[in-house]
Amino acid sequence: MNTLPQNRFKCIFPARSVNESFARMAASAFVAQLDPRVDELADLKTAVSEAVTNVIVHAYAGTEIPPEERVVILCGELREGRLAVFSVKDRGKGIENIKQAREPLFTTSAAEERSGMGFTVMETFTDKIKVTSRPGKGTSVRLYKRFSE
Amino acid sequence: MEHTLKSENGVMTVCLRGEMDHHNAAPLREEIDAAITFENPAVLKLDLSEIAFCDSSGLGFIMGRYRRMNAAGGSMTLINPSAPTMKILRLAGVDALIDVEYTKGAVQ
Repeated sequence: MNTLPQNRFKCIFPARSVNESFARMAASAFVAQLDPRVDELADLKTAVSEAVTNVIVHAYAGTEIPPEERVVILCGELREGRLAVFSVKDRGKGIENIKQAREPLFTTSAAEERSGMGFTVMETFTDKIKVTSRPGKGTSVRLYKRFSE
Repeated sequence: MEHTLKSENGVMTVCLRGEMDHHNAAPLREEIDAAITFENPAVLKLDLSEIAFCDSSGLGFIMGRYRRMNAAGGSMTLINPSAPTMKILRLAGVDALIDVEYTKGAVQ
């Protein structure tokens, strides 16, 4: 299978909550060239929003990383077969136990009404997700979504 | 995010407009909780007709208000959630806990 991207973008922005809507709108605008179905577009926006919110809430919390280095790196690729691949990366503290973090309802911030459903939503609203993380280096979440013809 | 609020005979109805994400959930929570404290309603109705986006942070907001109403012996109803919002609610099993109503003419 040819996995070379047909189109791609990359943007870096501060890990501030005001940018959550920017990130999902950027992802939405990028896949507009596929003329996606409304429900599939809604799913993508939700999945991207979850990944970006995770970075903003968790990645840099409790670290001494200076504010100007607290960023979200959002990349998107369109591949053959109407496959969109988005990656949401940070340079934060990393996730020690990815398996636990992906469990439904698991949260480290219950007091802030985090539902613990972020990864479950990402998994449900895309075709596949891949999470890689290195403690002290950062985390990368890749979201794969194939759009119907 | 904007909202309008009316209270009548123990029923507080909050019409929410905009995007229920993490950025908007915290200020919204403060404002709605202050209103709940002030009005002490028996029933809280969250009208989601004009919610354009809801992710798991919006879900957290809804669950938080449900828990609060439930703990006080009250109840909560969601009005006109869109199909994408319902997808999130169903994923968390919230549709089994919280009443959902569609007003006449609402698009499901």
